[in-house]
Amino acid sequence: MQDRLASNGQSMNKTILEMRGITKTFPGVKALQDVNLDVVEGEIHAIVGENGAGKSTLMKVLSGVYPHGSYEGDVVFEGHECHFHGIHDSERVGIVIIHQELALVPLLSIAENIFLGNERARNGVIDWHEVRSGARKLLDMVGLNEDPETLVTHLGTGKQQLVEIAKALAKEVKLLILDEPTASLAEKDSNALLDLLVAFKKQGIASILISHKLNEVSKVADRITVLRDGKTIETMNREEIGEDRIITSMVGRSIEDRYPGRTPQIGETLFEVENWVVHHPIHTERQVIKGVDLAVRRGEVVGIAGLMGSGRTELAMSVFGRTYGHGITGQVRMNGKPVDTSSVKKAVDAGIAYVTEDRKTYGLNLIDHIKHNVTIANLVGVSRGGVIDDLAELRVANDYRARTNIRSSSVYQLTGNLSGGNQQKVVLSKWLFADPQLLILDEPTRGIDVGAKYEIYTIINKLAGEGRGILIISSEMPELLGICDRIYVMNEGRIVGELAGNEASQEKIMRAIVRGEGKTA
Amino acid sequence: MSSETVNSAAAPGARSSVRAIIQSNLRDYGLVVALLAIMVFFQFATNGTLFKPVNLTNIVLQNSYIIIMALGMLLVIVGGHIDLSVGSVSGFVGAVAAILMVEYDLNPLVAAILCLGVGALIGASQGFWIAYLKIPSFIVTLAGMLVFKGLSLAILGGRSVGPFPPEFQMLSAGFIPDVFGPITIPQGEAAPITLHTTTLVIGIAIVLAIVYFSLTSRASRERHGYQAEPFALFAVKTAIIGALILFFTYTLASYKGIPNVMVVMSILIAVFVFITRMTTLGRRIYALGGNAKAAQLSGIKTERLTFYIFVIMGMLAALAGLIFAARLNTATPKAGQGFELDVIAAVFIGGASMAGGVGQVAGAVIGAFIMGVMNNGMSIMGVNIDWQQVIKGLVLLGAVVFDVYNKNKA
Ligand SMILES: Nc1ncnc2c1ncn2[C@@H]1O[C@H](COP(=O)(O)OP(=O)(O)OP(=O)(O)O)[C@@H](O)[C@H]1O
Ligand SMILES: [Mg+2]
Repeated sequence: MQDRLASNGQSMNKTILEMRGITKTFPGVKALQDVNLDVVEGEIHAIVGENGAGKSTLMKVLSGVYPHGSYEGDVVFEGHECHFHGIHDSERVGIVIIHQELALVPLLSIAENIFLGNERARNGVIDWHEVRSGARKLLDMVGLNEDPETLVTHLGTGKQQLVEIAKALAKEVKLLILDEPTASLAEKDSNALLDLLVAFKKQGIASILISHKLNEVSKVADRITVLRDGKTIETMNREEIGEDRIITSMVGRSIEDRYPGRTPQIGETLFEVENWVVHHPIHTERQVIKGVDLAVRRGEVVGIAGLMGSGRTELAMSVFGRTYGHGITGQVRMNGKPVDTSSVKKAVDAGIAYVTEDRKTYGLNLIDHIKHNVTIANLVGVSRGGVIDDLAELRVANDYRARTNIRSSSVYQLTGNLSGGNQQKVVLSKWLFADPQLLILDEPTRGIDVGAKYEIYTIINKLAGEGRGILIISSEMPELLGICDRIYVMNEGRIVGELAGNEASQEKIMRAIVRGEGKTA
Repeated sequence: MSSETVNSAAAPGARSSVRAIIQSNLRDYGLVVALLAIMVFFQFATNGTLFKPVNLTNIVLQNSYIIIMALGMLLVIVGGHIDLSVGSVSGFVGAVAAILMVEYDLNPLVAAILCLGVGALIGASQGFWIAYLKIPSFIVTLAGMLVFKGLSLAILGGRSVGPFPPEFQMLSAGFIPDVFGPITIPQGEAAPITLHTTTLVIGIAIVLAIVYFSLTSRASRERHGYQAEPFALFAVKTAIIGALILFFTYTLASYKGIPNVMVVMSILIAVFVFITRMTTLGRRIYALGGNAKAAQLSGIKTERLTFYIFVIMGMLAALAGLIFAARLNTATPKAGQGFELDVIAAVFIGGASMAGGVGQVAGAVIGAFIMGVMNNGMSIMGVNIDWQQVIKGLVLLGAVVFDVYNKNKA
């Protein structure tokens, strides 16, 4: 009893994790160089840095994904030097990592997922009663009100994220690592998740939080460690934390403006969608898009705001080669003439490109290198008579690598080995090379650092300046407000508002959504 | 082996060390070294029989149909599929050829073209289910394997049909004519060696062409400011390849020269190397196997592409069936059985990945030769057929384990 009190008393400054002089090299890249990190009991420690700075790599070293011996330096957890050889080793001492790509089995239930690899069983026979009641308890802790029998595939991303955390809690976690947990969450879900981390603090669970959303980081973090080019730059304390301060430290200079300026030169109408109706691919009687009209003019940057699940991605993908949906009706016009967009090839030929929000599943061939990924949507552009001109292709790949500032050892690096932000730039390069008239960007800056965001906005402005039309789907309202000439607001498959860029505000967008909700209800 | 992978180690502008390049191409070099090691081993184990001109010619003849099917199988596997039916299909097409030529006295050329058409049709009918109706290729071609095995029994009525017209036999038994006339080298006491001059000329021409093209492509890379591999490594590699080709053609020349099938096979290999490495078609197949959804969203008509892959596979299986029938000079109901296993093994030994998106033509060809040389060598040594199977199985497993181990280490 005495002991416990004593240790509780000093818990706020007891260091539980120390990583010292971590250096990790990949062929051709020094991903980490002499990095130091310490985490004290019950704190939320954020790690920030540009894309490719080495954040995920550092966490993979910590959790044993990169086994002891494949890096230099020491990992000391609760006073013991650790030699992890895999995730199970780190989990045994209470370090649990939740990767950005969720690792749940979609066709198993919530309860089965929570205890996967950690089954409540006697002699190999699962005790279903205990599984169910145990899962119930854990779901209560993370505030997820779902039946443990529900299949994970029926949950949205936000709820899946909570299941992941419940799964971590089942393992008696002491240090929880979250790699960009909120990148694909709506604001409400993000807040719920961050509140949860704060609640964990009280139970003495420390968290390491990696995020590019600096507002969130500055809200919840007790300390922030900044990485740049694989090196520790500094660790800030609570009282020093501020968004501008973080940015300056991350990129090594201060960024005055988050959005590059632009004088719009808007021409005639380029792209129109009229009375667009799309049905759900499985529940074919359900309308997902309920008669949408929208237009983009040459040189115009148009945004679509809306909550998760409002049908924005479905709208874009159904227009782009009918890659989503069933029973699609309506008309698409380019330059006033009706065009056939019934296959991706036809849509691309009509001058439309769509940059997916899910780069790993829909955007990249992860086992191939940058060069091949950049040219795949426009092979005709680097070939003659079906024969690829290797040098022309190499020139294109190097050119786009430079233009979008992809950080890699060369264009021969596998895209699967790139950091998340740089993968996004490869997908963007691919579509830039296809030379579209209309570029549809779906969450183009998800998981991208501030500096790179600025670069992407600059590219968008340049494309608009060339007389192309840009249609951006984004869940980050400040971003839409910062770069768009016009913003559509979408809710439940309908356009419920249209605002001029200079008149729009977060409140007006939210009000349009709420008003739309009233109409549909 | 491939300039593509060689360069992957080197950032443009950066100096790459020979060691790094060898490391990053360990798999390619390892495969060649394995083939050479196996050859040297059997050369000793068979007391020098393996490299005898007549035996080397035999190895080519015995493996030509496996290699030809391995080319198609490579596309299938890179595309993320599998084809279990190729053995049965080749047997069936051999049977059709026998019926057409022996029973209906059809002109061999016309019959052969018809048979290739039949192969394409079979490929199309299987490809349809796989590509457009998304039935797993494993199931569709497993069904095809049974169907065509049964059909060849049915149309042959259980008999063997033969012999084939002599013109057709030439496909597998013939050699290219010696347009320059043979030369004879006196050997003192021993019997003089007669060499097939045309074969020698072709061998030398091929080596010169290889040297010329690799030099010009190197020069053009450097001219455009991109890095080529270090000259020493390049020189050693080219010298070894050249020496091997010269040795090989010399050995063939001292028997009857280049067999006709080898001409067919070499042209096909060249065409498939070209397709996979240089054409948009090949690139799309790799993209399809690497991530089908992303390929589709990049504007690739994934369904049509899959369909074509199976049509090509069907035609190659048909060609292999013709060659095998011509070699045996009869069509038997058992022809082609089990070929699919050798073909698939060759492709996997050659470094292709079960998941698709990875694999090289050269690897598949070398994989087929590794299997072929082992078959031949063990037969000469008198190893029983049962143990031959065991050893081949272990080699396949070993090759794939090596691959996976290598990948995890990287
Ligand atoms: N397996 C690998 N092989 C080669 N290079 C790699 C590998 N994994 C990571 N890298 C490189 O290491 C560097 C650090 O990558 P890491 O994923 O840690 O970045 P990050 O900070 O998490 O970036 P992001 O914010 O974009 O996720 C990058 O330059 C990346 O290209
Ligand atoms: Mg990362």
